[in-house]
Order: sequence, then structure tokens, then C-alpha cells
Amino acid sequence: MKFIDEYQNSELAKKLAQRIAGLSVRSIRLMEFCGGHTHAIMRYGIRQLLPETIEMKSGPGCPVCVTAIGDLDKAIALSHSPGVIITTFGDMMRVPGSYSSLQQARAEGANIRIVYSTMDALEIAKASPEKSVIFIGIGFETTAPTIAASIVKAEKEGIENFYVLSFLKLTPPVIEALLGLGEVKLDGIIGPGHVCVITGSHPYEFIAEKYGVAYVISGFEPLDILLSVDKLVQQIETGSPKVEIAYRRGVKPEGNRKALELMQQVFEIDGADWRGIGIVPQSGLKINKEYQHFDANDAFSGLLCSACTDRPAREPKGCRCGDVVRGAATPPECKLFRKACTPEKPVGPCMVSSEGACSAYYQYGFL
Amino acid sequence: MEQAMNDTILLAHGSGGKLSHALVEKKFLPLLANPLLDKLDDSAVFEANGRLSFTTDSYVVDPIFFPGGDIGKLAVCGTVNDLSMSGAKPLYLSLSVIIEEGLLIADLERLVQSIKAAADEAQVDIITGDTKVVNQGQADKLFINTSGIGIIPAGIDISGANAKAGDRVILSGTIGDHGIAIMSQREGLRFETLLESDCAPLNKLVAQMVEACPNTHCLRDPTRGGLATTLNEFAQQSNVGIVIEEDKIPVKEGVRAACELLGFDPIHVANEGKLVTIVEPDDANKVLAQMKQNCYGRDAAIIGEVTNDYPGKVIMKTRLGPSRIIDMLSGELLPRIC
Repeated sequence: MKFIDEYQNSELAKKLAQRIAGLSVRSIRLMEFCGGHTHAIMRYGIRQLLPETIEMKSGPGCPVCVTAIGDLDKAIALSHSPGVIITTFGDMMRVPGSYSSLQQARAEGANIRIVYSTMDALEIAKASPEKSVIFIGIGFETTAPTIAASIVKAEKEGIENFYVLSFLKLTPPVIEALLGLGEVKLDGIIGPGHVCVITGSHPYEFIAEKYGVAYVISGFEPLDILLSVDKLVQQIETGSPKVEIAYRRGVKPEGNRKALELMQQVFEIDGADWRGIGIVPQSGLKINKEYQHFDANDAFSGLLCSACTDRPAREPKGCRCGDVVRGAATPPECKLFRKACTPEKPVGPCMVSSEGACSAYYQYGFL
Repeated sequence: MEQAMNDTILLAHGSGGKLSHALVEKKFLPLLANPLLDKLDDSAVFEANGRLSFTTDSYVVDPIFFPGGDIGKLAVCGTVNDLSMSGAKPLYLSLSVIIEEGLLIADLERLVQSIKAAADEAQVDIITGDTKVVNQGQADKLFINTSGIGIIPAGIDISGANAKAGDRVILSGTIGDHGIAIMSQREGLRFETLLESDCAPLNKLVAQMVEACPNTHCLRDPTRGGLATTLNEFAQQSNVGIVIEEDKIPVKEGVRAACELLGFDPIHVANEGKLVTIVEPDDANKVLAQMKQNCYGRDAAIIGEVTNDYPGKVIMKTRLGPSRIIDMLSGELLPRIC
């Protein structure tokens, strides 16, 4: 496993950490956007390697965590309608909604299946033509192309019982929303490597240009992250914030054209509801007119409408997931953390998801 | 129709009537025969003297055939290993099979052959058993329960509560092989891998270890929940801290690659042919040398030690230097979304 070892070399890591410590004079605050980064940082103890001048905050880059509770309620409501099979990524099962969870709904008899990709959901639809198979479409630019591909495939093969309930979200608008809020003052952002493989680096240029914040796109191995911090510190110390790619083996400035075209073919940009942030204009993907017949929002609009008017969405009491995804609180600052809220009995999504900040802090607590 | 009756298990195979008898007599007895089983009385009767060890486990793995093993081999090895972890020499097993109607008889035959092969390797006899057939959907192809009885040699006192500060922690080989091999076959998650499950009977390895070191303190096989869960159990039962070094833990390249891809930590992934032991520092090299002579202990390594600091906790020095707390696996292992 040479390619992994190279990025986990402890000697190189120490050297990089020393260089960062030498470079870093100002006290600065960085945010890792992506939950995958939060987990890698915690798992390898990267914070312990960094000087005290650098404060790290976790961001909203966890698809399960930022799914609005009202949207989850809709999925749960749909699961109870007869003739429906709900297909979802496993992490969503255990997230508490306002009144129930998908896991609870399944125990009560709803037909809910965990899948690892949208294509599996499509296979289930093919195998159960008498049922309506709905895929809960969460995620960012990483999952959007595969969801788009499954819709195009369904169209091509004439599969009429496959639907997507799209809660897909876009990263640049939410970064802009967070910077615009100004609640957490940031000097630099570790950009989400996997997302940028699709989007490229261009959509993030406003971050440096408009907000003067440094932005370095990072891979997920420890050395990738240290290298990105090194570049961020250099940018900040020299007062020259810009968009940089420290994940050259994965990201091209123009992104993945084919994936972007596929997204454009199937989706249109719409507002999206983010947990902890609210509705962010132009930050979501909605299935466009041409593929409207695959849109669960459209096909089941009656059911969905009554689901949201019957009982209003409400956040779990005391849960600070909303603050955590904005970087406004760290998990240990939540009174429920490790007490009322644990991976076995999660109160909020950040404790459930394998990309959630609370789950990372819980799993990889340092001495 | 005639063909179908010969090909698949029917509900009638579990009725207790002629088909049931035929199933047992034709498919199980010829391969598993031994004097105690062959009597076919309601219970097996045997003599035993000394301290006995008794355990039971149910096996519901999906898929039932996987690279490096199947549910039959697993059902024998799992129970043999549970007996072995108390230092016992496994003697006898029971075998209860719950079959979903429609299972291919050819598959059942393959499984019984594999049960026989595993029992032969472990030198244990299956001396009592049962078969039931349930409607489609009431079981998933085939479930197996095995119970086992073993005898503990005099002077052996092995328990998760015996770890003491200064003791060394030894792992018998690479971790995560079984979990990743199974996951690579799961519906919707298929990926190409040359990895095989490590499923194996460890009783002979254990016999060699306890012969070399009768004063073995702890012994356990890190199955579901992985190495992290077993070490946490030791730390909590013994009220000690355990410090391990990430660099010392053997992990196959393929397992590491799959874990990176799926977002797992190998220390949480299941094993079916590995064990962890805790021994006094003076015994450590002796036990390690003994383990390396057995094919199931070839890659054994001392991975850490027991301390009075951090009672009840497991600490890992990461590859990059900093130390972190290792928790038990919580919830299920699920691949990351992006």
C-alpha cells in the first residue's frame, strides 16, 4: 500500500509540523469544511502536531448532519405510505427526526432498505415493479453525479417506479453563507478534496477575492492535511489569500466535466434548507422539468405537504448540532455530548454520521 | 416437480417425518459420524472429568459462502475458539440448523462438508444436533447454532479480569481480514479483492501457548467489534489501561486499502481466526516464539502493554506520534457517503 504509506509517513509529518510551527506567528482560525477531514484530523492526532497559534474548527461538510430535520420528517412520512420502498444511505436510519426516525419507522413496518449507492436503489426498483421506490438523495457534489446518472439510466430503461427525494446541496453557496454570517471569523479553509474532484477549484475563488480568506483544497491522508495547513499558514502570514490545490493527484482546476454535465442535465439550482443554517438561496439541487417524473417531491406532493403541515418540525431539545455544523460550537461545548448523546443513543445527526464532528470527537478523544 | 424435490429443501424436510429422517441420515450423518452421534438418542451421553468450559453461539452471516470460508466452517471455528479462549481443550459440539425452505440441497451438502472439514481440523466431534425448516422469509437461507464443551487443563486460570500493569499484549496476526472479505461480497458493496476470511480453529495454537505459559492472564478472539472492542473489554474487566502502538499492529495491504476507501478503522473490523493474549513481561517472548511456529500465529506481534494509568481505557500511539483513546465500536460499520 505504497500510496497510503507515503501520505502517512511520520518523519515527513514531523518535519511538516515543525515547518508550520516555524512559519505560524499570528493566532489564526482555520475550518476544515469536510467531515472526512474532521475524522482524519482526530484519528491521527493532527491537532496535537500543530502549534497553539492555530485553532481548528469543524464545518458543515457532513451530508447527514446538514439535512434539515423537516426534510428528514418528510422521508419518514413517505416511508409509511403503502406501496412505497424507501432506500437510503445507512447513516440516515438512526438520525432522530422531530417525532420518529427511519429506524423507528422500519420497526413499525415501513419498507426501508439501506443501500450503498443510488444504483442499488434503481436495482430494487427494477426488481419490485409494483412498488414505488424512493431514494433519499442526500449529499453534495460528490453524490449528485451518481444520483443524476441513476435518473438518466432509469429514463433510458423506462423504469417508471423509481423516484429521488432530492436534498442535494452545493458547497460554494454554503461557504459564502457562513462567511457572510461572520459568526465565526475564519482566516483559512481546508477545502473538501472529494467535492473538488467534481467541482474543480474555480467555484471557490470568491472566498479569497471577496472575503480575503485563504482556501486550500486537501486530500484525506494526514500528510495531505498537514501540507494544506502549511500552505494556508503561508498564505495567511504573507497576506496573500488565494485558492490553491494541495490535492493535485485528485483535483483539476476545471473539475470533472463529465460529472458536471450530468448534474446539469438532470438538476436545476434551487434553495436548500440546511440544519443549523436555514434556507440558503441557490445552494440545492432540484430535479429539472425534463426529469420531473422522477422527482418524489412532485409525485408525492400531497403526502409531503400534509406531512409538514400536520406536525411542525422541531429540533431535539438541547442538541447543538446546528451550532456544530456552523463551527460556532465544538462538540464538547454541547451539554448533551457524551452524556445524553452517545453513538448508541444519538440525539442529533452529528453523533450518528460517520462524518459527523460529534462522532469524531467521541470516537477519537485525545488525552 | 420431482426434480425440485431433489434440488431444494422443502418445508416437509422439517416435518419430523420421513423426509426429515432422510435429510439427517443422508446429508448429515454420513459425514459427521462418530460413536456418540450415531446412537441418535435424544441426548448424547459421555464421561468428563475436571473443570469444564461450555459456550454457545448462533451464526447468521450473509452471504453464507464467502472468500475463505462459509457459515458452516464459521459455526465450528467460532465455538471451538470461544472454548479455547478459556484455555479449554474443545471436546464436543452440538449443531442446530434452521433452514429456509428453498435452500439448494447442493449448498447444504457443501456446508456439511465444510463443517466436517473444520471439525476434523479442530479434532472435535459433533455429538448431537437438530434441523428445522421454516417458511421463506422466516430465516435467511440458513442459520446455525453450535454449542460446545471443553475441558480446562489443571492450573489454567484465564480471564479478561487478569491483566496487570507491566503485562504485554500479543496479537496473533493481521486484523480485519474476515470483516473486509465479507463486506466485499455484500449486496451493493461488491468490490474485487483477493482477501479471504481468516476463519480458522485456534485450539491447537492456544494449546501450544498455554503449554509454554500456563500463567497466561487473558485470552480472547477479537470477532465482531474488532481488536478495539476486545482490548476495551480487557481494560474494563481488569480496571487497567492498555497502551498499543499503531505501527506494531499487523494489517494486510488489501485490508488497509479497503478501510481507507470505506472510511473504517481496521481495529474495529471483525476477525474469525485471530486472538489477543496478555501475559507477564517475562513470558512475552516465549509465548510469541511459540505462536510464530503455528500457521495461525505466524504474523504474531507484541503490540503494546498494560499500565496502571488510564484505568478502563485503551490508548493508541498513532503512526504520526500523538496518542488517542480507542473506543469500542459503537453502532454498525457503515461506509462513508462522500
